[in-house]
Amino acid sequence: MDRNRLQHQVACMRRSLFDQGYLDEQFIQLEELQDDANPNFVQEIVTLFYTDSARLIQSIEQALNSRPIDFSKLDDYMHQFKGSSSSIGAKKVTSECTVFREYCRAENAEGCIRSFQQVKQEYAILRRKLEVYFQMVRQAAVAHTA
Amino acid sequence: MGMAAADSQFHVLAVDDSIIDRKLIERLLKTSSYQVTTVDSGSKALEFLGLHEDDTTNPNPPSVSPNNHHEVEVNLVITDYCMPGMTGYDLLKKIKESSSLKNIPVVIMSSENVPSRISRCLEEGAEEFFLKPVRLSDLNKLRPHMMKTKLKDQNPKQEKLEKQEKLEIQQEKADFNSPKEQEQEEQQHHQEQQLQQQQQQSSNSNKRKALEEGLSPERTRPRYNDIATVAL
Repeated sequence: MDRNRLQHQVACMRRSLFDQGYLDEQFIQLEELQDDANPNFVQEIVTLFYTDSARLIQSIEQALNSRPIDFSKLDDYMHQFKGSSSSIGAKKVTSECTVFREYCRAENAEGCIRSFQQVKQEYAILRRKLEVYFQMVRQAAVAHTA
Repeated sequence: MGMAAADSQFHVLAVDDSIIDRKLIERLLKTSSYQVTTVDSGSKALEFLGLHEDDTTNPNPPSVSPNNHHEVEVNLVITDYCMPGMTGYDLLKKIKESSSLKNIPVVIMSSENVPSRISRCLEEGAEEFFLKPVRLSDLNKLRPHMMKTKLKDQNPKQEKLEKQEKLEIQQEKADFNSPKEQEQEEQQHHQEQQLQQQQQQSSNSNKRKALEEGLSPERTRPRYNDIATVAL
């Protein structure tokens, strides 16, 4: 496909990620740190985010399944998750983490379980969208101008 | 550009248990032209700085470089607050209590805006407190702190140079304060920064305004007369 067309698609998708609230200003900060010497910085840090999130999600699930629930441990995991999602500009994921932490502090197990579903859902949606987005970015980068 | 050794690289030690944040701070610092070393814990930081955890005093005071045990000099430590084991605050304390390391400026980062935490860190000697996620604009505040320590090592003959250098650096910021008041203002500024990030309070701008109004009228820029060239 024509490079210009692909780039246009990339721009549109990028715009919608912001408009729909999946990403915030912090993502732009990451883009600004990218240059010719570090052309894949955003993709690299987002990939780190996936790996780290997978680890945290697993830990949180384990913690939620144990009895009694260790709320302080849960809060600690979620603090980490919130931190990293905020660092990459994952707006919706970050706010779901905030909700979770509130239930955690209230030691509300049901609330935690429910809101964790929300966290996982938002994370999965964002991950899918970003994977599509970066695939398009890569395609546009190697495409020829017609 | 400057007259002193301003072009030699500054080396920053960044401490954070989050791999994402380490990658981010490393990129931020490199973009700002600093040399960077990242570690994932306070104890590794102390190890890198050449201080063992149980050392509180150094019987052999350093002659020139603050780091006796390492070839590499560290000009600033930037650390996350919340870390397992040794927190950023604990690390800050250890550095400030060490006779060999206490002159190294320390900056704390935190994802949580807790005023008591911020003041505790500043009281313990942290130069700045940054809210995460840290931005490039935050890092602009680091250079003056590093300049201070770098020039401290040089002989008194260069004190005049030091002052001029400091003034030149301050000029890069929008503010026009004399060096004495710059220090004072910086203290207030990072406290203001935290509040501003959360709410746009008019009291902040009043504070700033009050400070500016309090400046002496002779905050002229003597260096324009003193030095032949002003290379910007």
